[in-house]
Amino acid sequence: MNASRTVRHLAASGLAVGLLLGAAACGDSDDAETSVAGADDVTIGIVELNLSNPFFGTLQKATEAAATAKGWKVMKAEAKVPGDSATQVTAIENMIARNVRAIVLDPANPTALVDVVKKARDKGILVMTVNATLTPIDAADATFATDNTAAGKLIGQWAKASAPANPRIAMLDFDLSDGPAGGRHNGFLEGFGIADGAPQIAGSALTKGTIETGQSAMENLLSAHPDINLVYTINEPVAAGAYTALKNKGLERKAVTVSVDGACSGVQDVKDGIIGATAMQFPSKMGELAVAAADAYIKNGTKPTAGLTDSGTVLITDKPVAGLESQTSEWGLQNCWGEK
Amino acid sequence: MTSAPPRDVDAVLLEQEEDRGGPVRTLLGSQIAGPLAALVLAIVIFALTTSTFLNADNLSLIATQSVVVGTLALGQTLIILTAGIDLSNGAIMVLAAVVIGKLATDGNPLLALAAGTAVCLVLGGLNGVLISRFSLPPFIVTLGMLSVLSAVARLYTDSQSYPIDSDLLTVLNRGPTIGGVTITYGVFLWIVLTAVLGYALTQTAWGTHVYAVGDNRAAAALTGIKVKRVLLSVYLTAAVVYAFAAWQALGRTPTADPSGYSTANLDSITAVVIGGTSLFGGRGGVVGTFIGALIVTVLANGLTQAGIDSLYQQVATGVLVVVAVAVDHFVRTRQTR
Repeated sequence: MNASRTVRHLAASGLAVGLLLGAAACGDSDDAETSVAGADDVTIGIVELNLSNPFFGTLQKATEAAATAKGWKVMKAEAKVPGDSATQVTAIENMIARNVRAIVLDPANPTALVDVVKKARDKGILVMTVNATLTPIDAADATFATDNTAAGKLIGQWAKASAPANPRIAMLDFDLSDGPAGGRHNGFLEGFGIADGAPQIAGSALTKGTIETGQSAMENLLSAHPDINLVYTINEPVAAGAYTALKNKGLERKAVTVSVDGACSGVQDVKDGIIGATAMQFPSKMGELAVAAADAYIKNGTKPTAGLTDSGTVLITDKPVAGLESQTSEWGLQNCWGEK
Repeated sequence: MTSAPPRDVDAVLLEQEEDRGGPVRTLLGSQIAGPLAALVLAIVIFALTTSTFLNADNLSLIATQSVVVGTLALGQTLIILTAGIDLSNGAIMVLAAVVIGKLATDGNPLLALAAGTAVCLVLGGLNGVLISRFSLPPFIVTLGMLSVLSAVARLYTDSQSYPIDSDLLTVLNRGPTIGGVTITYGVFLWIVLTAVLGYALTQTAWGTHVYAVGDNRAAAALTGIKVKRVLLSVYLTAAVVYAFAAWQALGRTPTADPSGYSTANLDSITAVVIGGTSLFGGRGGVVGTFIGALIVTVLANGLTQAGIDSLYQQVATGVLVVVAVAVDHFVRTRQTR
């Protein structure tokens, strides 16, 4: 009896604390909204991927900042884990119910969200994807994203020009059914001028896009193929893990690593020689382009150009190669995203 | 009708163990026979099919790759032996690791390590109090804790990771080279922890109480065992083990990453189950878990080297889990007949 009452008190106070914290967290954005006059009750939805990845956090913050600057209200939701399209579907249903005018969506899966996006568009809501595309791409009104195939191709071409004469490649991938992951993988192979299964590929392994899974995958590949001298990585955390694996075996000077992302920590790794070259993406630009398109639609019903609008990719390396445009890590550190 | 003195309880319980078929040691031996056979079988298959698998370097690597989840799984074993479960152990470890990483960035690494240990003790203690004192279901308590802590780790770090360069914090990735092969201190620590916990579980009154509480809580209470106290002690002991796991994680990957080890909780349960510990409590042990963790790593390592798609690693691990649970069910139903 006594115990259960205490439990109830605990639960109640926990709930109260949670609500207070939530209110405090919302406070900032509310202030921003009311301070801008003129926009009468426009709400847009922002649906992001799991915020454990700073890339998605940067994208969400930039989109939100651009929207609140226009005096709009923002509904936010995010996937709990990579590939969690179910949470995103529910979020979009809620946003339809709330009569948002536009939705900026970073889809967790290319096909799982097509139906709910159609439902939203049928209600006259402008739906744009950022960072990734739906299949088919015209399932959304517009897409603002890195052309991941082009990004992969850039580092593939750089690797081809920088690699040793007898390349032995490790492919550290992320689930290839993921749009960006598949694009980068194929782009890299295209840029390098080989196909899946080519003899130059010593081995490949799936990571979860994190440091420690990159490290374990690289260790296992190195055990079987100690002659690996070129490492393709799906993103910079995986590249950092791969570097630890190489370093533990004393092989870090014998292998060149390429990656994609352009996070400040990754660009720093380019500067420190841990990553040979990386393709920088511009997540803030994706969000800003999407908000600008939503603005035109809300003001006069103009829909943005359908299909992919490339938010740009820049090759970052301190060892430029002839015929391939690139920027130094110094430039990269001034234009990177995430914490420095 | 007051409770009997603990010593007598132990004597009775030990006698019961003996009645069931030989001394405690034999019981333990028979329980790890299955996992051990599976480990040897996997090693033999990979040795025959892959030229690079069976060498001292790679075997040492497998042990090194096992230490983080393997250490977490030791704590998980204690909890599962009491018929509980801890879904929050990976999140506790990650939060401790980022606390250590952030504090060590511009502070004393030893104090940071102490702070990380304190984080584990407070959170493990909170789990323990909610589960023992308020009789809340472990699954729900630790599920809630998992959700809270994953978010707290990201809020605390703003989703950034902290590179670790302190010698103290990365010492577990170094170690003596024996015959050209380096065995890390992390592996030694894992072995020592397994031995200490194995001794405590099989040779002390505390261990006997843990098994008794897991086997039949009501009966244990009737024989005078202070069930709530035993449960709390188990969650606190597990918390200490999680602190060691956080140290292992910083040694293995010299970065405190709030988004790392997101499936370590389930991986640790996998290792415990494959190691032959019953999810219903009261049967199993840490030596089995040690072997279970090695089996999971051997599969990932061997299949990658054999050039087989990583998704098949998940298939193989999943099949082993189901087989292990089926064996456990078979043993249980035979015992009750």
